[in-house]
Amino acid sequence: MEAILEVRDLEKSFGRVRALDQVSFSLAPGEILGIVGPNGAGKTTLINCLLGLVLPSRGRIFYFGLELFANRSLILEKVNFASSYVALPLSLTLEENLLVYAHLYGVQHPKGKVLELLELFGLAEIRHKRTRSLSSGQMMRLCLAKALLNEPQVLLLDEPTAGLDPEMAQKTRELISAYARRQKTAVIFTSHNLYEVERLCDRILILFKGRIQGLGKISELLETFRVNSLEELYFRLTT
Amino acid sequence: MKIRRIWAVFLRQLYLYRRSFTRILDAFYWPTVDLILWGFITLYLEEASRSLPHYVSFFLGGLILWNILLRAQQGLSVSFLEDIWARNLLNLFVSPLKISEYLAGLALVSIVKVALAFGVMSTLAALLFGFRILVLGFWLLLFTLNLCAMGWAIGLVTMASILRFGQEAEILAWALALLFLPVSAVFYPVEILPPWLQKIAALVPASYVFEGMRALLLERVLHPALILKATWLNLLYLVAGYLLFLKVYRGALVRGSIPKIGE
Repeated sequence: MEAILEVRDLEKSFGRVRALDQVSFSLAPGEILGIVGPNGAGKTTLINCLLGLVLPSRGRIFYFGLELFANRSLILEKVNFASSYVALPLSLTLEENLLVYAHLYGVQHPKGKVLELLELFGLAEIRHKRTRSLSSGQMMRLCLAKALLNEPQVLLLDEPTAGLDPEMAQKTRELISAYARRQKTAVIFTSHNLYEVERLCDRILILFKGRIQGLGKISELLETFRVNSLEELYFRLTT
Repeated sequence: MKIRRIWAVFLRQLYLYRRSFTRILDAFYWPTVDLILWGFITLYLEEASRSLPHYVSFFLGGLILWNILLRAQQGLSVSFLEDIWARNLLNLFVSPLKISEYLAGLALVSIVKVALAFGVMSTLAALLFGFRILVLGFWLLLFTLNLCAMGWAIGLVTMASILRFGQEAEILAWALALLFLPVSAVFYPVEILPPWLQKIAALVPASYVFEGMRALLLERVLHPALILKATWLNLLYLVAGYLLFLKVYRGALVRGSIPKIGE
C-alpha cells in the first residue's frame, strides 16, 4: 500500500546534541505506529519535526507525496495532533475551544461537527463549562475531540493516555483504534506504556539516542532479536 | 519575623534580575520616559503660554490619537502573549494557520481594541471638555490608519522579541511603544526637541501625524506631504517588522523553541 507519510534520513541536532540520527520510516493509511523509547530518546523531537514545529538539520518528510515544509499549510489541513501535555485555553468553554479549531481547520459545518464530537467523547452535557474545570481525563478527551475535528488522514498522539486512570486509558485506546480502522487514519502514537503499545499498534519503532533501534511488527522483532516479550526487547535495545 | 526568610525573598528576586536584562531595563525605563516627556511639555508650555490658547484640544487630541497607536500595538503583542500564557501557541502552529493569517487575525483584534478605546475617549472628551475629535474630518481616518500601522510595526518587533527571547521579553509588549512617545511629538511640536532628537523624530511616522493634527486644529490646514511621509515610513517599517518576525519564526523552527515557549 502506498505510504501516506514517508520520513527519509531525518537528522536533527541542537548544538552538539544529536536528537535524531538517520531516522527513516513510512506509514500506510489506517496503520498505527507506536514510538517507544526512554526519556530523551528523541520521540518528542520526532513528533515536533513531523508537525512542522522543528526544522530538521537534514532529511525530508513527505505527507501524501508532498514535502512538509514546502506545503505546510496544505498538509496540516489533513493532519492533527493531541498530547496529554498540551491543553486548550482554559478560559474558553469546551464548545468555544472546539469552534475556534473547527474554523482553523476549515470544518464545513463547525457547530454540527463540534456537537457530534462532544457527544462522541461524552462531553456534550458540559460543553458550556470553562475548560479549566475539566479533570485530566476530560481534558484529554477534549484534546482528542479537537484532533478529530478535521477528520485527519494522519493523527499524531503524544502520550495520549499519560495521567489517565486505567478505565479511561482503555476507553481512549479503543476509541483511537476504532477510529483509525473506520476512517483509514494513520496514527503515530508515543507512549511509555509497553502494554498499550503491544495492544494498540500494528508496528513499533524503538528509538534510543535519536536512532532507530528496531522497527517492525512486534512478532517479527521478537523473532529477529530472539526475545520473549516486548519488555525484554525494549530493555535489550535501549540500555 | 525572620530576617533570613526576608533575605531569601530578596535573594530570589536578585537572582531573577541578575539574569534578566529586560527586568533591569524595566526598573529604569518608566522614570526615564516620564522625565523626558514631562520635561519637554514644561518647556513647550513656558514658550507658548501666551500665543497658544488651544491646550485642551492639543492635549486631548494628542492623547486620543496616541492611544490609537498604543492599542494597535498591544492588540498585536498582548494578544500574542495571551496565546503564550494559555500555552495555545503550539496548537495554533501545528494547525494549517499561516503566519500571515495569524498576524491578520491579531490585527483584527487590535482594530476592535482601537475602536473601543477611541469611542470611549472621544465621547468622554466631548462630554467633559467639549473637545470634538471629529472636527479633524477626513484627515482623522488617515491619522488613524497611520497610527495603527506604526502600532503594528512596533507590535511585530515586540512579538519577534518574545518569540526569540521567550517570556523574558514580554515587558516589551507594554514598554516598547512608549519609547517612541518623546519623539512622536504627541504633546508638543517637533521644534521643541533638540536638533539630534528632531532627526530621530523625522524617522518616526507618528511625529508627522501629530504635527498634522496640531496644524489642523490651529490653522485649519494640513500639508498632505506630512501624511505622505508618515505613510511611506509606515510601509517601510511594516514590511521590515513582518520580515523580522518571519526570520525569528524560522529561527525558532531551527532551534525547536516553539513547543517550549510558555513553559
